[in-house]
Amino acid sequence: MATLELRNVHKTYGSGLPDTLKDIQLAIRDGEFLILVGPSGCGKSTLMNCIAGLESISGGAILIDDEDVSGMSPKDRDIAMVFQSYALYPTMSVRDNIAFGLKIRKLPQAAIDEEVARVAKLLQIEHLLGRKPGQLSGGQQQRVAMGRALARRPKIYLFDEPLSNLDAKLRVEMRTEIKLMHQRLKTTTVYVTHDQIEAMTLGDKVAVMKDGIIQQFGTPQQIYNDPANLFVASFIGSPPMNFIPVRLSRQDGRVLALLDSGQARCELPLGSAGDGLEGRELMLGVRPEQITLGSAPGNGLPGIRAEVQVTEPTGPDLLVFVTLNQTKVCCRLAPDVACRVGDSLDLQFDPERVLLFDASTGERLDLSRAVKPDAVPV
Amino acid sequence: MTSLNAKPALNLSRLAIYAVLLLAVLVYLVPLVVMLLTSFKTPEDISTGNLLSWPVQFTGSGWSKAWATVSGYFVNSILITVPAVLISTSIGALNGYVLSMWRFRGSQLFFGLLLFGCFLPFQTVLLPASFTLGKLGLASTTTGLVLVHVVYGLAFTTLFFRNYYVSIPDALVKAARLDGAGFFTIFGRIILPMSTPIIMVCLIWQFTQIWNDFLFGVVFSSGDSQPITVALNNLVNTSTGAKEYNVDMAAAMIAGLPTLLVYVVAGKYFVRGLTAGAVKG
Repeated sequence: MATLELRNVHKTYGSGLPDTLKDIQLAIRDGEFLILVGPSGCGKSTLMNCIAGLESISGGAILIDDEDVSGMSPKDRDIAMVFQSYALYPTMSVRDNIAFGLKIRKLPQAAIDEEVARVAKLLQIEHLLGRKPGQLSGGQQQRVAMGRALARRPKIYLFDEPLSNLDAKLRVEMRTEIKLMHQRLKTTTVYVTHDQIEAMTLGDKVAVMKDGIIQQFGTPQQIYNDPANLFVASFIGSPPMNFIPVRLSRQDGRVLALLDSGQARCELPLGSAGDGLEGRELMLGVRPEQITLGSAPGNGLPGIRAEVQVTEPTGPDLLVFVTLNQTKVCCRLAPDVACRVGDSLDLQFDPERVLLFDASTGERLDLSRAVKPDAVPV
Repeated sequence: MTSLNAKPALNLSRLAIYAVLLLAVLVYLVPLVVMLLTSFKTPEDISTGNLLSWPVQFTGSGWSKAWATVSGYFVNSILITVPAVLISTSIGALNGYVLSMWRFRGSQLFFGLLLFGCFLPFQTVLLPASFTLGKLGLASTTTGLVLVHVVYGLAFTTLFFRNYYVSIPDALVKAARLDGAGFFTIFGRIILPMSTPIIMVCLIWQFTQIWNDFLFGVVFSSGDSQPITVALNNLVNTSTGAKEYNVDMAAAMIAGLPTLLVYVVAGKYFVRGLTAGAVKG
């Protein structure tokens, strides 16, 4: 049970080399579940190794319970880690794997037995205690690896992509179990993943990383609904957010984004966006589920008629692809919508929820929502 | 449909293959057979019969005389080989562990330089080694010879262990460090128990090298401390009296038996160890 704080953490592997971690700044409270997510090579695993003490940091400080642990060796930080490859000791039985850390810390044998029994019961691996890791399935190895981490009751758990070696079905099962475990034990946890669904479902806080920089740190809802930049917006969400290149025009003090489906045009009011946006290359960010079906103009939302080009029924949803401003746009519709390729659909956008990005810098542009939008058919 | 495991038909080409294989076996075994037969013959039998003829009368006198002559040197060889093998294997294991899992700045260069040791011919190190042993006061001692073998063998043992250990995932060491284990605990409790195949390879390799070594033995030892290879040479090259081929052969067999024994006992690990790491387990 502990708080974790990273202050200006910096990591480089050599003076001539680019920084692996740049000015990492974040803090989580006791019992929180922090997700580090990002594409491979973004520095998330390095950051985790730094927290564990397996790699030293080049600058800044790592604080656990307000104590600076930057200079401490891994064993003194009271941290346990679950590795992607599980890293079970192959020559030891499951029992010895779980007990190893306790033996090293010279606990009395009775206490070790008791702890192993507790962990085994918790993870339902009692029947596996006598086996060697090589005799276990992937899912069982995963449980044992978690058991080894749980056994010491450390201050912080670190998970390094623990589910990426499991098959899809088991991954979903274990994800729920990890969440359940965290709800029960309420131990501060840092979890590295490149899977944005794991990031969204497990985390209390999510740090999206790219190129050694935290792009955004916040709750999953903030990350999803209020992404800080184009990268975060594109990384989180499946199917991903649509990015439609747009031109802005100004009319009666209102900023309008022009959409063109080939058979119709529509001007989407964006509130009173800042000055000087006209003429800049901009991207309109719309999540697939924010495009709804409707007979425009009826309920006041701006709409556009577009031709269906591809349909992908996924079961719970029907993904429909149309072209707006020469860009493929995915719409997530109810599965019972009857539409075929070549049909025309009336689609609506909620201007309150669309986002605007600078196409060249990826920067998110603030849209003032002061003006009540309404449809402006051309 | 024919079963896939059906025995292949015994046709002409297959017969030819077997014939060639049989011939190869004979070529390899004939010297051994000649040695064995000769060692059990009497000197008269040897001078009258031919090489491959069956002994007229089996006698162990050649063996007992050979043993009486070389037994002291046999013990010397054991006293040289056993410590040299154990020490070079132990240090090699530790070196390999450091060079694969506790890399330091320049460790790759260090390993590269160490590899040169594998390519140095014995002859090039004779003079420097002899000079060093003299300075250390170990000239012509068993300890000195052990030291030379250990140093010369380190390049090989380090290479073996390092290459075996690079295939062990780093995460294992990381996990152990987080569990609180230190450098030697990780080595002793986790890494060494996984090393049986490569330890066997190293033991066989070093045992064969050191037991069979002649050059270091003849240069760095003298008189009663000589290993069996040197003693065998002295015995066979002796120019006084009649040639006792049966004794020579028996002594040669005695000199060769230990390496044979090591292969029989640990041989199954040899191929396994050499190919370990080639396929992800």
